[in-house]
Formats: sequence, C-alpha cells, structure tokens
Amino acid sequence: MHAVNRPSGAVKLPSSGNRARLAWIGRAFLALLAASAAYLIASKAWNEPILLVQNVIDGLKLGFVYALIALGYTMVYGIVKLINFAHGDVFMVGAFTSYFAVTKFNLHKWPQALFPGVPAGPSVVIGSATVILLSMLLCAALAVVIERVAYKPLREAPRIAALITAIGVSFFLEYFGNLQFVYTPRFIPYKSPFDTVGWYIQGGIRRMVPGQESPANAITFSNIFLIIMAASVLVLVVLQLIVRRTKIGVAMRAVSFDKPTARLMGIDADRVITFTFAIGAAFAGLGGVLYAIAYSSINTLLGIMPGLKAFVAAVLGGIGSIPGAFVGALIMGQAEALTMSYISTPMRDAVAFTILIIVLLVRPTGIFGEPDKEKA
Amino acid sequence: MKRFLVAALLLSATVMAVFAGGEAETLKVAILAPLSGPVPTFGVSTRDGALLAIKEWNDKGGVLGMKIKAIVEDSQCTPDPALNAAKKVIDQDKVHYIIGEVCSKASIPISEYANGKKVVQISPTSTNPTVTVDSTGKTKDYIFRACFTDELQGKIGAKFALQKGAKTAFLMLDQANDYVKGLSEFFEKDFVAAGGKIVGKESYTADDKDFSAILAKIKQAKPDVVYLPDYYNIVNLVTKQAKEKGISAPFMGGDGWDSADLDCAASDGGFFTNHYSPTDQRPEVKNFLAAYAAAYKGAVPDALATLAYDAVNMLLQAIKDTAADDPVKVKDTLAKISFNSVSGKITFDKLHNPLKTVTIIAVKGGKAQFEAMVNP
Repeated sequence: MHAVNRPSGAVKLPSSGNRARLAWIGRAFLALLAASAAYLIASKAWNEPILLVQNVIDGLKLGFVYALIALGYTMVYGIVKLINFAHGDVFMVGAFTSYFAVTKFNLHKWPQALFPGVPAGPSVVIGSATVILLSMLLCAALAVVIERVAYKPLREAPRIAALITAIGVSFFLEYFGNLQFVYTPRFIPYKSPFDTVGWYIQGGIRRMVPGQESPANAITFSNIFLIIMAASVLVLVVLQLIVRRTKIGVAMRAVSFDKPTARLMGIDADRVITFTFAIGAAFAGLGGVLYAIAYSSINTLLGIMPGLKAFVAAVLGGIGSIPGAFVGALIMGQAEALTMSYISTPMRDAVAFTILIIVLLVRPTGIFGEPDKEKA
Repeated sequence: MKRFLVAALLLSATVMAVFAGGEAETLKVAILAPLSGPVPTFGVSTRDGALLAIKEWNDKGGVLGMKIKAIVEDSQCTPDPALNAAKKVIDQDKVHYIIGEVCSKASIPISEYANGKKVVQISPTSTNPTVTVDSTGKTKDYIFRACFTDELQGKIGAKFALQKGAKTAFLMLDQANDYVKGLSEFFEKDFVAAGGKIVGKESYTADDKDFSAILAKIKQAKPDVVYLPDYYNIVNLVTKQAKEKGISAPFMGGDGWDSADLDCAASDGGFFTNHYSPTDQRPEVKNFLAAYAAAYKGAVPDALATLAYDAVNMLLQAIKDTAADDPVKVKDTLAKISFNSVSGKITFDKLHNPLKTVTIIAVKGGKAQFEAMVNP
C-alpha cells in the first residue's frame, strides 16, 4: 500500500484531559440552563400558584399519552435495536379505528343495542372498553404485518437500512391514509364514545355544568385526564409484570441481551420479536384512542408530532429502558406544558427538540440507560 | 410528398371546420378552478356553481343573442399550472373573460397575465389584496373579485361583537398564517377604535393540538368574547378544550369556520362572519338553493359554489348592460356595477374590492344558522 505522509497534528483529537474539560463545560452549561428555567417557573408560580398546578395537570395529561407511545419505541429498540419511526402512525391508525367503530358501527353502544335492559352507565363503560380493545387489536395486527413485511427481511442487514425502511413505512401509512378512499386528508371531528365530564376544585371537588362558566381561580380537570392517567399507569404495571414475571418476558429479556445465545437456548427469537412489536403497537393504539378523545380532531398526519415527542421521551429516559420511557414522557409533558404557559405556545416544539439535542450531547444513554455493552 | 400534401390538406380542412363550427355566435367564458391539488373540493364547488349560472343564462337565451360556452381548466391552486391554464385559455381559446381562481396564490399570476392581455378576470373567492392591486399600489383595471376581503371581514367581526355588547376581547392567532393574522389585526383595530378593550393576545402554531396553556390564561382574563379567526380544524380543537375548562365566553371567527366538519357541539354559542348562509330567507338565496339542488342531486351549495355563481352572474349582467362583447368596456361597467347577488349586494371600491353585506352565522343547537346581515 502507499505510505501517505500525513502532516502530524493535522487532525487534533481532544486528549483525555481536554475531553473531560469539555464534558465539564457541557454539564455546567446544562446546570445553568436548568437553574434559570427553575427560577423562571418558581418566580411565576409564586405569583399564580393555581395556574402552576393547572399547568402541571395539563402537562401530565400530555405526558401520559406520550408514555403510551414511548413504551413501544423503547421496547422495540431494546429488542431489535431499531427506532421504529412508523410507531407514531400506528398510533394514528388506533385513533381512526376507534373513529370508525364509533361513528360508523356504533360499537360503543353494543351492550344496550343487544340487551336493552342494560343501564346506561355500565353500557357506556363496556362499549368504550370494546372500542379501545378493538383499536389495540387492530394496531397490534398492523404492527405484526409491518414487522413481517418490512423489517424481518432486513434483520441481518445494516441497522441504517432498517431505520430508513421504518421512515418509509411511516410515510406510507401517513399518505396512504391521506387518500380520499382510505381516510381522506380532512380534519375530522372525533365523536367520543363517552361524554366529557369536568370538575373544578374550589372548597371541595365540584362537577362542572356544561356551558356554564366555572370560577376563574379554580383548578379544572376532566374524566379524560383521569382515564388517560389510569390507563397509562396500568399499562406500565402490566408491562413490568410481563417482562419480569412471565416466560415470554424472560425470553424478551434474553433476546434483547444476546440474540444468538438466546436462540441457542431454544428461544424462538422471531416469535419474541413479533410479540414485542404487537404489544408495543397495542399500547400505541390505546394511546391513539385516548389522544383522539382528549383532543377531538383527527387526520392522517396526527401521529407525527406525538410520535417524535415520544421518541424524544424514550431517548431522554434511556432508550431500551421501560421505566425510563415512562419518566421521560412525563418530563416531556411537563416541559411542554410549562413552556406553553411561561414562554409561549409556539416555542413548545423548539424546547422539546432542544431537550433531545442536549441529551444526545451530554448523556446519550439517557436517565436510566446503561452505557452500551455492545462490543465490536 | 403527395401523401404529405393530402394529409396537410385534410388536417387544415378539419381545423377550419372546427373553428368555423365553434365560432358561430358564442361567448366564451373560462373557468379556472383547482380540480386537483391540495383543495379539490373547493375546485369542484366553484366549477359547479359557475356552470349552473351559465346554464341558467343559456336557458334564458344566452347573452346579447349569443350562447355562452364554458371552458373549464384545472389550475391546481398552484402558481405555475394556473398561469399555464390562463395562457391556454387566453392565447388558444381567445376568451375575453375568466372566472377564477379560488386560491390567492394562483389568482395573482393569472391576474397579472390577464390584465396585460386586457382580459376581464373575476376571482370568486381570493381574499388577498394583491389579487386586484399590483405591487405599486395601482388597481389592476381588468381584475375584480366577488368575495369580501380579510379587512372587511375583520372589521365586521369587531362591529358585530360590539353590537352584541362585548367590551373585552381575547385574540388567539396563528402568526404564520396571513389569513388569520389579517383578520385578527383588522378586528383589533376596529374593536379598540370603537372603545373595546383587548385583554389578551396569544399565538399558537398550525400543528398544535393542546391549547391548555392559552385557555388557562383566557379563563383568568375573563373576556366577553374570544376572537379565533382560524380554520375549522383548529376551531374544533380549541372550543372543545375550552368547554372542558369551563370557559363560557363565546368564540368568534371568520369564513374559515364554514365547513360541514365544524364541531357544532363544541363551538355552540359562537359566531362567525361568512359569505352567505343557506338558512338565509331572502328570495335570491331560496331560488339559488332550489336550482342548485335540482342540478346537483339535492346538494346544498357551499360558499365557494355560491360565490362562483355570483361571479358568473355579475359578469354576464355587466356584458348585457354594456351591450357589447368588449372587455375594455365591460371592465368599466363592472367598476360601476351595483349588483344584487346571492351573497349580498355588491358594489366595488377603487381597489376593485366589493363593498358588500356580510352574513353573520351563529352556532346554535348543533348547527350553523343565519343570524344577521351586517353592512360595512
């Protein structure tokens, strides 16, 4: 081979001392940023404490929805090291499935339609649960198909190939849905399977009367917020139980840890991967339905932003870590809600993605992430 | 050589026959509408409304003893295809009159070409000021529009809010959208000039789904009215979340609210300025509704169809009044016309913008209903 005489010192790599100093400067900068944000919030909160509590509640609502999506991102990454960008669009399909189930087929009213004697209350609960289950099932099925068609053939290909395919699948779902005969590009008002009930807190919890002004200085919340919170926490618990206590969970952890060895131990890795995709998509579908109920307008591009925010949440929490995704999502929700209130609404996305950049620069493994164990 | 000659002769004979047949006593009107592209439903409505007007005139014997022939071209709501369509109808089809386009960004290049070629153009629905005025502030002599401008709409919104007894208003706007910004600015100017007070102004972006922070501020500011002149998809999200927060102040907006997809339950109690209402009881409206339903299988015309219908009628009336198929004279007749259209009485100001009555529509009991007509 030709010996090339490189002028020595043309490419300067930071020496280990330099690198440590850089990291230190980065951390100091971050600490400064966090301190100023904390000061800003604290000073505003001092003047209007009720507004702060209200913002935190609104941020929790957003955060719990992000958590439902982020769990799928993190599980799939944990097991096949793929960032499944189509995940946000599976979330969209969940919203649309429930829309059609409710408006076209009246699925949310089936208990009363079949058994007229059923009282309204349980009928709505069972009906809505059916709608949600159907969306979850369809999303899971969709994810299994996507995995089989688009990702499985690329299992041994370089990771970048699968990543680009994921982006392709994402665009396919968005713009195929955009076609007139699929979902149409319209913004469709979403009909919720159950009515919204609001409460406000002022000398006890009182129910809001629709169309009437509630007191200005009272914290408000709705049944949708409670449902989102309950569903999200339940999903986290169930998921932890699956991963820690069941056979498939052990298999998932084994495949995630070392796929070839897991295969040698008799684990059907492909089946485990398919299961992971399905369960992640089911949670995204649940998130989609709850998001549509909470924000009441759907169109085929609805999954993009929540999908990206949930991805940031998963990275922030440490991609691959289930509790990490959950905590990351809650932080993202708060960051957005507080930005909207104390800086300005158009700044929310800028702040969300700044968090991504800072995390990747300062601590790429995230809050709960462990340093990469991969060797060579 | 001989074969070539025969072919050439045959060809020229056909061409002459076509021209001789086509030229006999017809008045050609070009309809440039976005039949494909981002807003195909707007294009179809515009075409249907315009064709209905032409059919009615032909049934009455045409204009000045000539039958009217419509030449429909797809201008795609995009500058280049729109300009090509304009060149085609002006240079090849030799039309003297153009109805179209819907979108301002497509109408502007058409207007520049048509004005240079001394062809009369009436845009039914383009609201941007530069459609009828060039960059130096000079009115384009041959260019008119049938709809009101954003300025008039904002002013009438303010006038109506004050008539309803509102003293304080809160503005919500998307800074990146010229339509929303324009309406909001003109509303603010007139509202403040007439003694009203703006108690808050918050901006958001078109992708936003969660408006909780802005709504929390509205709740504390307690305005008499919230002005939100955006499209229905944003309106649906905001009004639904406002109801959940227990905000009872009415929302007001502009013609962007006019859609079958407007969530009337959420925006109940709100008002918006519009071009016309199908529940208006004037005979012009009733006759038009009946004719439209008969021609298009019982369909109810939207504002786009109505304005296209008005634009064609106004043009043909002007040609009739001029008593000559001469665009140079017709443009002078149009500039001085006083025309009773379905969407209100039209006269033109110096900038060729119609001074017309604006319809106020109230959202009440789950549907959008005619509320009042307000004169400028």
